[in-house]
Amino acid sequence: MEQSIILRSLKGEKREMAKYYKKWFPLFVLPLLICFAFFVILPFGMGFFFSFTKYKTIADCTWTGWTNYALAFSGDSTFWHAFGMTVAFVIVTMLIINVCAYLLALLLTKGLKGTSFFRAIFFMPNLIGGIVLGYIWNLLLNGILLQFDQNLTSKVSYGFWGLVLLTCWQQIGYMMVIYIAAINGVPNEVLESAKIDGASRFKTTTHVLLPMTLPAITICSFMTLTNGFKLYDQNLALNGRTSPDNMLLALDIYSTMFNAGDGNMGPGQAKAVVFFFMVALISYAQVSLSKKGETEA
Amino acid sequence: MKTQNKPTPYTREFEVQKRRRDAPFFEKHAHAGKTIVKVLDYVILCLLTLTTFYPILLVILNSFKNRYTISKKPFDWLNSSNFVGWSNYAKGINQSKFWNAFANSVYITVVSVILILLLSAMAAWYLTRVKTWWTKTLYYLFVFSMIIPFQMVMLPLTGVFGWLMPSDLPSDTGYLYKIFITVLVYIGYGAGLSTFIFSGFIQGIPKEVEEAAMIDGCTTPQVFFRIDLPLLKPVTVTVAVLNVMWIWNDFLLPYLLLGTRAGETTLPVAIQIANQGGYGDINMGAFMAMIVLSILPVIIFYIIGQKYIIKGVTAGAVKG
Repeated sequence: MEQSIILRSLKGEKREMAKYYKKWFPLFVLPLLICFAFFVILPFGMGFFFSFTKYKTIADCTWTGWTNYALAFSGDSTFWHAFGMTVAFVIVTMLIINVCAYLLALLLTKGLKGTSFFRAIFFMPNLIGGIVLGYIWNLLLNGILLQFDQNLTSKVSYGFWGLVLLTCWQQIGYMMVIYIAAINGVPNEVLESAKIDGASRFKTTTHVLLPMTLPAITICSFMTLTNGFKLYDQNLALNGRTSPDNMLLALDIYSTMFNAGDGNMGPGQAKAVVFFFMVALISYAQVSLSKKGETEA
Repeated sequence: MKTQNKPTPYTREFEVQKRRRDAPFFEKHAHAGKTIVKVLDYVILCLLTLTTFYPILLVILNSFKNRYTISKKPFDWLNSSNFVGWSNYAKGINQSKFWNAFANSVYITVVSVILILLLSAMAAWYLTRVKTWWTKTLYYLFVFSMIIPFQMVMLPLTGVFGWLMPSDLPSDTGYLYKIFITVLVYIGYGAGLSTFIFSGFIQGIPKEVEEAAMIDGCTTPQVFFRIDLPLLKPVTVTVAVLNVMWIWNDFLLPYLLLGTRAGETTLPVAIQIANQGGYGDINMGAFMAMIVLSILPVIIFYIIGQKYIIKGVTAGAVKG
């Protein structure tokens, strides 16, 4: 049947492959679509619904309107503390990680011997899971603070900077790898012509290399931004769930949802919905920003 | 000789020599400066290497220590009073049924990633080649799902997961069924990014190759499996790396779906539970041993596939 394409092409008709592909939808898309619809899209829709209910179990939930949102964002809620903490954390880590990663990438694109060896080493922490990382740093930082009769929970700032340290230690290597690829992607002729024109190494870096690797900087900045917003495992393992002092948003949502005194998970879900819109906003900003960069370039 | 070669003023050569003579100190001694900078570069790199390894070495060291000295004196070197040999490892493995958790992690990661690769490559191919309003909608739905944070869906997901659990789930082997469903859940959550990356790559494959194959008598599945699938090899590495890194280390999803019983869950969950005292007493020694055991396979895997992993991450970032 599909062989009739030969006749058609002989006749010089417009060949349209899609026509033959179309009926294979059940084989090609359906298996993935079932998993996707049932475990992603359905829960996503239900999430909105549950945020308006008093939710004990899936069989025991009653519609309460906006009550959950009022509860979640009321004065004595932990949400605003967690939100402030997250924003501070995200700004600090985004700056430190990207600056350090870029400097490290510059160092590793100088043509030194053993570059790929060092690159591989600095990337390694990213393969270790957040929970394990959190406990490794818990041991290290508590050990250091013990010398001063303190621990990570004795001050809010200890927990905060501990988490910053851990995140930087982990993610600098990841962003560095991306920056190295971007810097290596800049054509050599451009850098050489800058040199011939009398630009110093510093000027070449700031005026040629930096603008030419701007897309990578955008990608990495947003990656660290969303990573920071969604950070959960490291936060749980390093700072624990005992006090809300060092909880970032993701952990605060979990704790509101599953450790609620009255077993009502609605307010936690309401926080999660707001959290979703925040993440969506960041992603939207990223897409529109990189689209703008593409048209300008 | 030298005086004979001295250039007369106002020529280019004269200017060059003058500039060299008046150059600042560091430019005059550029060669020596370069060596110093090079040495400094290596010093920095070695210090950073040490910083990268130190926390891990500390855990390895402590995994051989007496459980009571770990939290009090973590920086002490091994000595006769705190060294306990492999006993922490034996305890850690027994207490948490470590190898069961390890096997579960391997099973979930391997099966999920293979299925994600196959199913999303197929879906991406179909959605790229057949262009109608509903394939476009589906594609954007997949892409959109990438931005959904897990916190948004975790509560309803546990509900949906509960629907699929039969009421007479046997208590000893029932977890195998849970793991099977968890694999399906991972396929759903891996679909977005994987379809997106595959689809970007498939757009670059010329349609003419497929047409030629069809004229030669290939059916649609043959076109995909024989022509396109082999071409997808480089991008498959990227998708596989990103998914393995995510699923192997994922904590919250298996924690919520599989529960916390020893041997019935994945490695990250087992480690978290061990720390909370879920497997009897909190034994810091055994805990350190568990951490070392869970890092070891990852490091070995990394040493083998380092090149592909870094390549995959770079390519994934540019597309994602």
